[in-house]
Amino acid sequence: MEMDKPVGTNVLDTVRNGWVGKPLDRVDGPLKVTGGAKYAYEVMQGPATAYGAVVQASIGKGTIRSIDTRAAERAPGVVLVLTYLNVPVQGQGNHRQAHPVLTGPQVAYNGEPVAIVVAETFEQAQAAAYMVRVSYGRLPGRHLLRANLSRARPPVVAATAQAPDSAVGNFEAAFAAAPVRLDEIYTTPPQSQAMMEPHATLALWSGDQLTLHTSNQMLSQGRLAVARTLKMPVDKVRLVSPYIGGGFGAKLWVGADAILAAIAARQLGRPVKVVLTRQQVFAVTTHRSETIQRVRLGTDRDGRILAIGHDSFSANLPSEQTYETAAMQTRTLYAGANRLTRHRLAPLDIPVASSMRAPGEAVGLLALESAMDELADRLGLDPIEVRLRNEPREDPERHVPYSSRHLVACLREGAQRFGWASRNPRPGQVQDGRWLVGMGVASATRGNGLQLSKATVRLDPDGVLTVRMAMTDIGTGTYTILTQIAAEMLGLPPGRVRIEIGDTAFPQAAGSGGSIGAGSSGSALFDACERLRAKLAASAGIDPGSAVFANGRIEGGGQSRALTDLVGRDGVEADGEIEPGENSKDFSQQSYGAHFAEVGVDADTGEIRLRRMLGVFTAGRILNAKTARSQAIGGMVFGIGAALEEALEMDGRSGLYVNHDLAEYHVAVHADVPEIDAIFLPELDNESNPLKSKGIGELGICGAGAAIANAVYNACGARVREFPITLDKLLSVLPSQA
Amino acid sequence: MRAFTYERATSVERAAALSAAPGAKFIAGGTNLLDLMKLQVETPTRLIDINRLPLDKIEDTPEGGLRIGATVRNSDLAADLRVRRRYGVLSRALLAGASAQLRNKATTGGNLLQRTRCGYFYDVTQPCNKREPGSGCSAMGGFNRMLAVLGASNQCIATHPSDMAVAMRALDARIEAVSAGGGRRSIPIDEFYRLPGATPNVETSLRRGEIITAVTLPPPPPGVQIYRKVRDRASYAFALVSVAVVVASSGGRIQSARLAFGGLGPKPWRVPRAEDALVGRDVSGKTFDGAADLVLAGAHGHGGNDFKIPLARRTLHNVLARATQT
Repeated sequence: MEMDKPVGTNVLDTVRNGWVGKPLDRVDGPLKVTGGAKYAYEVMQGPATAYGAVVQASIGKGTIRSIDTRAAERAPGVVLVLTYLNVPVQGQGNHRQAHPVLTGPQVAYNGEPVAIVVAETFEQAQAAAYMVRVSYGRLPGRHLLRANLSRARPPVVAATAQAPDSAVGNFEAAFAAAPVRLDEIYTTPPQSQAMMEPHATLALWSGDQLTLHTSNQMLSQGRLAVARTLKMPVDKVRLVSPYIGGGFGAKLWVGADAILAAIAARQLGRPVKVVLTRQQVFAVTTHRSETIQRVRLGTDRDGRILAIGHDSFSANLPSEQTYETAAMQTRTLYAGANRLTRHRLAPLDIPVASSMRAPGEAVGLLALESAMDELADRLGLDPIEVRLRNEPREDPERHVPYSSRHLVACLREGAQRFGWASRNPRPGQVQDGRWLVGMGVASATRGNGLQLSKATVRLDPDGVLTVRMAMTDIGTGTYTILTQIAAEMLGLPPGRVRIEIGDTAFPQAAGSGGSIGAGSSGSALFDACERLRAKLAASAGIDPGSAVFANGRIEGGGQSRALTDLVGRDGVEADGEIEPGENSKDFSQQSYGAHFAEVGVDADTGEIRLRRMLGVFTAGRILNAKTARSQAIGGMVFGIGAALEEALEMDGRSGLYVNHDLAEYHVAVHADVPEIDAIFLPELDNESNPLKSKGIGELGICGAGAAIANAVYNACGARVREFPITLDKLLSVLPSQA
Repeated sequence: MRAFTYERATSVERAAALSAAPGAKFIAGGTNLLDLMKLQVETPTRLIDINRLPLDKIEDTPEGGLRIGATVRNSDLAADLRVRRRYGVLSRALLAGASAQLRNKATTGGNLLQRTRCGYFYDVTQPCNKREPGSGCSAMGGFNRMLAVLGASNQCIATHPSDMAVAMRALDARIEAVSAGGGRRSIPIDEFYRLPGATPNVETSLRRGEIITAVTLPPPPPGVQIYRKVRDRASYAFALVSVAVVVASSGGRIQSARLAFGGLGPKPWRVPRAEDALVGRDVSGKTFDGAADLVLAGAHGHGGNDFKIPLARRTLHNVLARATQT
């Protein structure tokens, strides 16, 4: 099935089994809370497996002069030490395409793996890893974006990718002539995905066949990268990842753990496990680049945008062209005839920068939605009103219609529920004890996508429907929503649906990333279920158009048959597939929402604490009300971190992320998270996919931090444009003490 | 983790004797030591487990104070009714520290001896005079947001991370130590901690072969007790600045005051001159600011932590205002 035309009424609009949308508990929940769900590192415990420990470079840039592994090799339990001197030649590519390790004496960034020590136990490997002595020739490194802006260039991207720059009308002239102008610079620091489960892989070879039990979000592309790196045929590589303890983008690509484990396992002829320590995760895996963003808004006196400009600088290794797409959503969120967006990428000697939850929007909206708040202040208008006045009729750059867009409804509904009318627009006026209290609002938007996915469904004589696809569940609820879709389509109770995912032995699927997982995998399953319905209807001699599937039976034309009677001894199977089509070109597709936040700022110390928060979203059909709400709230919690806490602290001298553990890299903890609610307004998107759903995995973070930042301004009058907003940045504006 | 021997001490004297060996370390809660061992910041060859020693009691002293055993868990100490009623500043300081899980494991003696959280100290690839004397201080000119503005030296600007010890400093606690021969010492908490000077690796006045057995608190001083911790998030974060005060006031005048600070220096910080200056003074913002001037005289930042100076001033002002409210 290709998305080339509107979906129209389909079976999901007419079936009445009631599973899709229901707040069903996670079907994998009991397994997870009882320890029955095995994560990559938990497979094959015991002496058959050898354990690897990574040794990292301790300089920011340079070369390895010598590497002394003798002590490590003699250490108890050690079976192998790999360095650039004894690894096989590997295939090259950027971090999306390949992940060659220990490729030579060059050190590209602080924390880069320079060796791996493999031993009988993890503890032996760790102890010996500290015995590897590396002598370096240091070169001056460039580690900070702000010091290297002049070196930034337009990133080089494929012709099929979105261009880094866009221009409509004449931005500069319109901005210069605008009666009201805002021109501000916002910065966001490097951030780490900080998922619960560190990266881990168990590598097993059977002849020339490699199986990697690994924690990876997108298995089908990961398999390609492994094959390319290890120079082997794709069909000889299998990735298995049924349970993943969070990823948030850090596990989109195959990493050092997987390739090191594979190489070591091949050399040793035995299974090898490699897990990164928490401290190693920060540099050995990807992070979100810091950004420096300039936002320019020119409006008429009524607040209608005449010119909108957004320039974003981010950084990556010289060998990488992946950039933070912070200005992308500025192309589509608000109206305005004259527009300019530009992305520039500075080559730095830093760990690989890549995707973190809502790449682009998460930090781009911190800037743009702060700027909209500043604009409202300058105009003397309510921040919601400014947004309403700039609601576009069509996508203002692509000049195509929106597939569905209910931003205005989200803003209005949220304002009403949150009590926005009681907000005092003058900052610093509301006090509750020692707290200065303020409210803020921001829009949420996140692009919706679709990726090729396939699924196989099979109904067996025991009445169990088995779904197979190389999809993943990174904690989002994939198992559950796939169960619901299959149960709905075939009229089976969820207990009769078995979901088998997380294995490249199954049909190719999108995986979990970019908020495309549910729509893509769910649509492939939808298609497979439709085909299975047709087969079953044919067997029953019932017109598929009028067949009703419910309670394990098919009914129609006066007949009623048990499905188990129609599958014979061998069961019945059907394949489904979804592909993106013209709809992605003909329509501008995004999920939308509005965030409302209330914060308190301690009048004496400047400590900022969120008091309450509401997100109102529209994202097409909601497949599971409970997991969707959890996803939205999880994103909003990320927004707390982005606004107030999260920053990787780069030492500009050595290229070291100094705060590389979870005690010092601050994400929001429970005590930072007060009453948060998230609601979804009804919506169906007729162009997105046959489920009429849109992505929700990242929507919650988009704009969330800006609503908090705007609330901080409203509370105390400090407009901090350098994120995160920590208390030291407020001290100068706090009221003097009596 | 490197190989080490493990033995369980059967008596206090035996534990002290065992600890005299090179490479020996006590382990109680292990909440800091195990982390440091995994990172090879600490590399003991011999661990002496003191968890089963009879050091887990909180007892009344004849003087009307409390004697807190070295292995009393932080959560138990915070919840003790005598502590809550008479030493509220200590209970609150304990509850402001770490997380519930860590407080359940962490002990009184271990809390006193915890190491700095300076990121460079935690990374053995980085120069650090505290970890490796003579290698240099990476924090000067590096990331030093959390580090000291008072009491630092040109060798080290680390802070002591404890909350508990700040309250104990305000309460004039004494540290009891026993040596292998059975000799006992009672060390005022002020003398227990040493300033970094040229030897930032030496943090306390404990001698090799000595074990902390208890912390004694004299009877509580009169007045209102407050512990105020200012931090970057609501829980599980070390203090940017913390203030422990015990202040008595009457009729708009301050009668006595003790002020101890965390997050500012390499040890829980007190400035007797600032306390003396408060006594007999009017309760007023001017008085509070005068005390802050004396506390912070000589304070200097290293860039990333400059803000601690005005933050400490504002926090002290607020705490004194609350403590003297009528």
